[in-house]
Amino acid sequence: MTIGIEHYLTVAAMLFVIGIFGIFLNRKNIIVILMSIELMLLAVNINMVAFSSFMGDLAGQVFTLFILTVAAAEAAIGLAILVVFYRNRGSIEVEAANVMKG
Amino acid sequence: MIGNDVNVVLPELVLVGAAMAVLMWGVFSKREVGAQALWAISALFIGVGAWIALTGRGTDAAFNNMFINDGFGRFAKITMLWSGAAVLLLSKPYLERAKLMKFEFPVLVALAMVGMMMMVSAGNMIALYMGLELQSLALYVIAAFNRDSLRSSEAGLKYFVLGAISSGLLLYGMSLVYGYTGALGFAEITDVIAAEGLPLGALFGLVFIVTGMAFKVSAAPFHMWTPDVYEGSPTPVTALFATAPKMAAAAMITRILFDAFGGVISDWQQILALLALLSMFVGAVAAIGQTNIKRLMAYSSIGHMGFAIMGLAAGSEAGVQNMLIYMVVYVTTNIGVFAFILNMEKDGRAVTDISALSLYSRVAPGRAFALLILMFSLAGIPPLVGFFAKLYVLQAAFDAGLGWLAIAGVVASVISAFYYLRIIYLMYFGEASEALDGKIPMLHMGLLAASAAAMVFGIINMFGVEGYALSAARALLG
Repeated sequence: MTIGIEHYLTVAAMLFVIGIFGIFLNRKNIIVILMSIELMLLAVNINMVAFSSFMGDLAGQVFTLFILTVAAAEAAIGLAILVVFYRNRGSIEVEAANVMKG
Repeated sequence: MIGNDVNVVLPELVLVGAAMAVLMWGVFSKREVGAQALWAISALFIGVGAWIALTGRGTDAAFNNMFINDGFGRFAKITMLWSGAAVLLLSKPYLERAKLMKFEFPVLVALAMVGMMMMVSAGNMIALYMGLELQSLALYVIAAFNRDSLRSSEAGLKYFVLGAISSGLLLYGMSLVYGYTGALGFAEITDVIAAEGLPLGALFGLVFIVTGMAFKVSAAPFHMWTPDVYEGSPTPVTALFATAPKMAAAAMITRILFDAFGGVISDWQQILALLALLSMFVGAVAAIGQTNIKRLMAYSSIGHMGFAIMGLAAGSEAGVQNMLIYMVVYVTTNIGVFAFILNMEKDGRAVTDISALSLYSRVAPGRAFALLILMFSLAGIPPLVGFFAKLYVLQAAFDAGLGWLAIAGVVASVISAFYYLRIIYLMYFGEASEALDGKIPMLHMGLLAASAAAMVFGIINMFGVEGYALSAARALLG
């Protein structure tokens, strides 16, 4: 069997969906949400690199590098906000983020 | 030539340089320089806005069409810069009272502003994404700026999580568009679509992109972060969210839809019409039960974004023009409203419950009257400017064959009038209760009065905004 672009796209789509479900079905921990966000961004990277490599066009891989950089910054800021939240709330459960409703 | 490219992005470079310089100044200064930094950054916003307004001519592209400086981008940038400056200046007394007057605040606002300016000028998916993330990352932080407050940190957390999801959706859409059209630049994508139509995969990508953008403009059904973030963030941050980033996000959607997908308007028109319909009704109905004025303004912003998106859904030059007019009117009104909300205080504590406005007209008749005009304008009651802004987008939608959407817009506008009128009712005929303190700084009073006056006298010629919006729309579509 030869590995074609459709295999890469399938894997990326699966990872992406797992990421989304990880966010919406997760009832436990906000760290898991951060992990799911990373998963979504990495799925996009797989897509980009696969397309870029199969088209022989480098722009997609350049975009991937940018996404990786931004994802790192995003994770740093997310963790920082999470630490602030933990200091005030004493918990990082998803259910704990419930002060404001309606 | 790199020199020409640098000239085109010079306003952004100046802002970036200034943000870094102020950051260094704040870090290495022995004293607390928050207030001075805020003055400096607001002055810079006003100056750069005036610079763009006075010198900007024609269309320039830089860095291989990554960055496009055209009339449309300049229109959005001037609105964002000046409203950002107004909000920053309004923020100062509140930040000082809440002991939040740190130099990081203006620096983060300046960086968010650079991100917004990148977004509205992007000519390529990469540039768009980088601008969007620069704006978002700075805004996540200032949403959680009051880090000793549980509400503020929760607002920051919710904004971060939903913002990151929307970035993920947007990126996935971009990757599909890239894969199926083979290009990341808007102009190249347009060429590919013109040559061989929109491939099915790229259509999926387009849907993901619109979804991700709908999160950013807080259009229903992707609006759920808005009320919590508006309520939890410190009020100056809420005021900022309600002005410049809204304009930036609306302009960004317009840019990508018309620059990259302008050839297949019928493919995205229905999505936008649905977003507009849902936003208008969610904004109108869900706000009725709200008692917190910041939350109420959040639902109000959802409803207003629905009207702005209706203009876009028209997919015509008039639609873009009227969307821009609508956003400018909305931003101007919000500056006045937030100049008022920032001073809602009782015994030195900030109050956000609308019942505190009971019989406010007896405490401060002038301010109550100004707020009355602004609320009437938000509700779209003639003969104020807010009515004409709504009329224009309705007309654009009607002319584009979206008559049902225009009718739904009128219905939603009538429903939403209920909660605007309730605030007026409370101020003039409410039950006697302990009223708010009567103090307001001169600047806030001035901006409140100016905003209200603009809503009344703007009906003569809209201060020329119509003409500028038309040339901006022509620059984008022409």
